[in-house]
Amino acid sequence: MSDFFTLDLLKAVLRMATPLLFAALGGLVCERAGIINIALEGMMLAGAFFAVAGTQWTGSPWIGLLIGLVASCSLALIHAIWCITFRGNQIVAGTAVNLIGGGLTAFLIQRIWARAGTSDSVEKLPNIAGGINILLPLAFLLVPTIWFVLFRTKQGLHIQAAGEHPQAAESVGINVTRYRYAAVLTSGLLAGLGGAFLTIGDLGRFTMDMTQGRGFIALAAVIFGGWSPVGAMIATLLFGSSQAVQIQAQATPNFPISSDLLLALPYVLTLIAITGIVRSRSGPAGLGTHATAH
Amino acid sequence: MSSTPSRARNCLVTGLGPIAAVVAALFVGGLLIAITGSDPWEAYRALFDRAFNGRRAIGETGIYAAPLILGGLAFSVAFRAGMFNVGVEGQLMIGGFAAGLVAALDLGLPAFVHIPLGLLAALVAGGIYGFIPGFLRATRGAHEVITTIMLNYLCFRLLNYLIQKSSGWLPVATQSNGTERAQPEARLPIVFDGTRLHFGFVIAIIAAIVLWYVFARTTLGYKIRTVGLSSGAAAYGGISWKKTIIIAMLLSGAVAGLAGAGEAMGLHGRMYGTPTGYGFTAIAVGLVGRNHPIAIIFSGLLFGALSAGAPGMQSAGVSKEIVSVLQGLIILAVAAFEVAGRIPGIRKFVAPPPSAVGPDRSSDDDSDPDTNTTRPSVAI
Repeated sequence: MSDFFTLDLLKAVLRMATPLLFAALGGLVCERAGIINIALEGMMLAGAFFAVAGTQWTGSPWIGLLIGLVASCSLALIHAIWCITFRGNQIVAGTAVNLIGGGLTAFLIQRIWARAGTSDSVEKLPNIAGGINILLPLAFLLVPTIWFVLFRTKQGLHIQAAGEHPQAAESVGINVTRYRYAAVLTSGLLAGLGGAFLTIGDLGRFTMDMTQGRGFIALAAVIFGGWSPVGAMIATLLFGSSQAVQIQAQATPNFPISSDLLLALPYVLTLIAITGIVRSRSGPAGLGTHATAH
Repeated sequence: MSSTPSRARNCLVTGLGPIAAVVAALFVGGLLIAITGSDPWEAYRALFDRAFNGRRAIGETGIYAAPLILGGLAFSVAFRAGMFNVGVEGQLMIGGFAAGLVAALDLGLPAFVHIPLGLLAALVAGGIYGFIPGFLRATRGAHEVITTIMLNYLCFRLLNYLIQKSSGWLPVATQSNGTERAQPEARLPIVFDGTRLHFGFVIAIIAAIVLWYVFARTTLGYKIRTVGLSSGAAAYGGISWKKTIIIAMLLSGAVAGLAGAGEAMGLHGRMYGTPTGYGFTAIAVGLVGRNHPIAIIFSGLLFGALSAGAPGMQSAGVSKEIVSVLQGLIILAVAAFEVAGRIPGIRKFVAPPPSAVGPDRSSDDDSDPDTNTTRPSVAI
């Protein structure tokens, strides 16, 4: 077993955790503002796909990244309009955004590359040392940044107020609508970064439904991590490890644990966490509700 | 409950919202097809042809409609109790897997015993898988949206694991990633000659009628509706919120399990371990059918036609995945029309749903004082 736990495994853990961490931080900001975001999956797919398409069109992965983020934010905007302005059901809107994100990307693969299932390979964003993509450290740098913004700035506290008790926040003059829009768009941006990491940061091309439920695992990480940025990071590292170990296990003959059981770990842990056995705190009180004014 | 003219008019007006929503979604989808350089008319005509032109085409639409109707019914049973069951997919898969196992066993039983036995297995397995999130919500305050999402993915992994590891003591076929082929006595018969349309479609219609009866005429249906409308009022009237949502989720999971049984014992003759996707489309089916069991038959047929017709669009150069986009757009449009229904001037044209059920209730009464007295705090 000694050559199982190598530096490569550590790198694989970080690589697996990165897209989860981006999306989880997005989900965290969104939930802190009181909007449930089950649409992370669709937003990640949009970011992943349009980052590749944009790179192909412009020849620059940086402009590709930008195009990917515009796409994921567009889906986030739809989610925001339906949840906040239309005061619709947030789960319904999220379900629709996921269907659109998954369907649109699969549909456009065939339009752009004239074949089903996968895109061409494109140029990736540059690596920093040791085959680590430049987006990877960015994800981890965002953890203290988001912590600082949420807990140490006026705007961050306003976001939390909008999530804890939107009516009270409105009554003291906080523009709940604006903060919630900002939070949902931020989640679109971060989920898009997570998706783009999968394509132009890692694999180099887009394949149909390549996120494979990562948006939902990210949501699980938010809950498992107790709605805190550091908690979310620990959760994504844990969930990323189960994926990384699973990949390495498949290459190891006679590995004792089934890869299906390893991949099931995040869901089991989250179920345990949410049923309160290890839960220390609950989510924002105003989650899923609307502000009453106007 | 008599069919007075005003009731008929109400029905019509309530139905207009979803119909307008579907038209609007098809229009936006058509724009998308046009922008990407195909002819939307040709694409939609190809879709329509593939879904309705001829006996076989209609049969295919029914094949897709059967699990969608059952899935939509499953979603709506929970929704009426104010529960958002995103776990229809997992309950369907577990139910189908159980039915597939029972159907594959060589029990030497006649069809009229073996088939009900398989259906029962699906009802029980799906029911248990629906019971879990209901129980966790009632006793631990764990939000059903999160638990059902987790249970979905857990189910995919679990079934994969069972299929890979348990050949020998379970009737599974590792090479086809599913259960062993069902015994001939356990196969649901074909109900429409010259097509693949199986008895699962009849089961879906029967389930819709039974659920209509349950909601319109029985105490259980009344309790579920009351709890969904106002848990506070229900508690005041002596209805236990906890018990009712657990029963509703159990029932929801059981109906979803039946949808899986149709796949396992009807269409494929075995249950595959790969996700069907029906469970997510079922949410759209339930919403477009306004969670009314009879209306869900029609919305299930609509979505069945979309799925069955989708491959036809390939001939017009449009890949079938556009149907997912259309489904998403339909959901958004239904939601948008309901918003319009809240604006007084428009309300009379687009009637609001008969009951503002589901988690959406928080939209209008989030300061509802009784919510906190009857419901434990929720973690989502």
